[in-house]
Amino acid sequence: MNDAISAAGLVKTFGPTRALDGLDLAVRTGEVHGFLGPNGAGKSTTIRILLGMMRADAGAVRLLGGDPWSGATELHRRLAYVPGDVTLWPNLSGGEVIDLLGRLRGGLDRRRRDELLERFDLDPRKKGRAYSKGNRQKVALVAALASDVELLLLDEPTSGLDPLMEEAFREAVLEEKRRGDRTVLLSSHILSEVEALCDRVTIIRDGRTVESGTLAELRHLTRTSIEAELAAPVDGLAALPGVHGLRVDDLRVRFDVDTSELDPALRALAAAGVRTLVSRPPTLEELFLRHYDRSATAVGAGAEVAR
Amino acid sequence: MSAATRELTGTRGLLRLVLRRDRVVLPLWVLFVGVLPVSYVTAIIDLFPTAAAQQAYALTSGNNAAFVALYGRLAGSGLGDLVAWRAGFLPIVIGLCAILTVIRHTRTDEEAGRRELLGSTVVGRHAPLAAALAATWGASLVLGLITAVSTIGKGLPSAGSWAFGAELAAAGVAFAGVGAVAAQLTSGAGSARGLAIGVLGLAYVLGVVGDISSLSASGTLSWLTWVSPIGWVHQIDPYGAARWWAAGLAVVASVVLAVAAVALSNRRDIGAGLLPARLGPSSAGPGLRSPLALAWRLHRGLLAGWVSGFVALGVVLGYLAGGLGDLLKEAPQMADVFARLGGASGLIDSYLAGMLGLFGLIAAGYAIQATLRMRAEEAAGRAEPVLGTAVGRLRWAAGHLVFSLLGPAVVLAAAGLAMGLTHGLNTGDVGREAPRVLAGAMVQLPAVWVLAAIALALFGLLPRLSAVSWGALVVCLLVGLVGTALGLDQRVVDVSPFTHVPRLPGGAMSVTPLLWLTAVAAVLAAAGLAGLRRRDLPVV
Repeated sequence: MNDAISAAGLVKTFGPTRALDGLDLAVRTGEVHGFLGPNGAGKSTTIRILLGMMRADAGAVRLLGGDPWSGATELHRRLAYVPGDVTLWPNLSGGEVIDLLGRLRGGLDRRRRDELLERFDLDPRKKGRAYSKGNRQKVALVAALASDVELLLLDEPTSGLDPLMEEAFREAVLEEKRRGDRTVLLSSHILSEVEALCDRVTIIRDGRTVESGTLAELRHLTRTSIEAELAAPVDGLAALPGVHGLRVDDLRVRFDVDTSELDPALRALAAAGVRTLVSRPPTLEELFLRHYDRSATAVGAGAEVAR
Repeated sequence: MSAATRELTGTRGLLRLVLRRDRVVLPLWVLFVGVLPVSYVTAIIDLFPTAAAQQAYALTSGNNAAFVALYGRLAGSGLGDLVAWRAGFLPIVIGLCAILTVIRHTRTDEEAGRRELLGSTVVGRHAPLAAALAATWGASLVLGLITAVSTIGKGLPSAGSWAFGAELAAAGVAFAGVGAVAAQLTSGAGSARGLAIGVLGLAYVLGVVGDISSLSASGTLSWLTWVSPIGWVHQIDPYGAARWWAAGLAVVASVVLAVAAVALSNRRDIGAGLLPARLGPSSAGPGLRSPLALAWRLHRGLLAGWVSGFVALGVVLGYLAGGLGDLLKEAPQMADVFARLGGASGLIDSYLAGMLGLFGLIAAGYAIQATLRMRAEEAAGRAEPVLGTAVGRLRWAAGHLVFSLLGPAVVLAAAGLAMGLTHGLNTGDVGREAPRVLAGAMVQLPAVWVLAAIALALFGLLPRLSAVSWGALVVCLLVGLVGTALGLDQRVVDVSPFTHVPRLPGGAMSVTPLLWLTAVAAVLAAAGLAGLRRRDLPVV
């Protein structure tokens, strides 16, 4: 199957700042793809290039099989976009904005619109200036989710929503996912959300892709946390390759180990005799922190996962 | 700490914030407007070196209704009188600057949410308003001081010059109060600005009606001058009667308005206006389905405001034209002066043409405002959701351009018809006057388009500099209002597109300059649209 989005080597500069510096992104048709990065990493710039609002200085980009810059208008019939910071027209009601954006896109499903309004507990009669940040976000989300499109580009769509509404959003995206024919690019800071929704993730930093793959693949690249109570003191654990942050408190040991070096470490523990053992796979949050920690120059080089 | 002091805690810090944020704009208008009268001194001495020449000029111009409408009544024929009279338009400019400054630091901040951020720190409830007013009052006083000192430096009598400075300062002080009240009434900064500028416009019109009425012998409406703050400051008559108490009137009004603003703000929540927000429809009407329909929703209020303002001004100014013919009968000694202007009909025509030229300049302000709506939409992030749908950039821009190009046509036609019909009913010859005056209004359109196209070109090619298009309008205003009085070089005067518009009614109609102006506008607009298609969006 073709990729819904493929971007390679994207470069975009704004004066002296280099917002994108060789970014790669591949989103397969039908998947929900998490797009992660700290503030200013270039997520919104990438999405604007995908929308044909900005033109990349270098690199190749395809969206739904077309060129997002020259074919913007036609491609936009097949996608819906929710900006990161939604502002509405002060004198238009939320319902009017939803209908207008849907019609400009080429039609929207009225039943789905009303159902979404209900689910997001949104009063469509309020004027744009009367909505809170979260409610403005909901207006844009309803407009996007009620459109019958192939691709949803969502730029931090839950940044203003309360936990209840976040849950409603998750359900809505999971429904999209179950339909199987919709692709979703979801830029986010909420890691539990990405973990719950996304098939694959791309992590970017300073305008460059640092990781891309399924969550399982990414986990494989990182460390597992081990906490064990032993029958006898263990020696030589610190000397094993891939063991980090070892703390020994009498017979209790805690450490992180590179997933590829798990086996020798477990053997060493078993040799001493294991009374209890807790092993935890890395959360996305830990992955995230390791990539974002500015002091960490390379993956795995001294980035401590604190808990 | 008393309650009043507590409410004003932090004013000094906020005042510094206001001055820091306005460190370029504020000194610019204060200095520029402040020293402008000095250039009048030089120009008038150049053009009318002798007292006799000045007197002759005073006799012709001081009774010309078009000039009276612009500058107010001329009180004497001395150099100082002439300078203060030519500066009669400045109180309106200063009032506008004062209104914009106060609202920018009160309601605009509140709408943007910055007021809330400040309010959470140790800042009294009324401190932001107090800081904005203090900055504007201070700026007005500095402006007056600059005018007084610089005109004294040019050799005008010092007592008169101090009163002259007070006249200009009083205008700023008075309209700062108007801005403060308007900022409390509406929840949007745009409508607050519209409200306050509407009051300024009304003050201007009342002043004009009073002044022109006092030209005629009966002077039945001359009391209207005393209803208008613009009238008050004109009545100071700095180099003649020097009525300082009239300046005091403006100061008292400003203080009363400031107190009213505080009282109003005590009755409302931060962020809210006094009028409660109403609910809208839960779904869009069938018509709201295109960028043009969206543009109509965004522009209709502005258009309606401009049309009603222009109709009102057209009716008033058209009504006043009729009274001018009487002047001839009342002042036979001036007959030969008027004969040189083309007799009674020539006098009225030149008045009508002058007023229509003024309409053209003001309509250009509307055209720029409408064009820059696109920039506002872009900067606020409201262009993105629309352009993220199947709407191309040109189609989006076209929706707005309908209003920046045809909007001024509607506005000018409304003004021309209102003026022509009123004047025609007055003279009893609607069939003759209405089309002539309407034509005089419509010939302004190509020049207005040039200004709109300058704004569009900047928006497309140099979006961050879009606001510079207001500078282009200021240049046209200065060339139009003071250019000839200053004896500017013809090449400078030619820069303004309005210089090339035929002066109708009365003047010779010429199509060539209109075609040229339209062509210039088309080229600029095409460049702007080409730039818009190529550039990144949004540029913030």
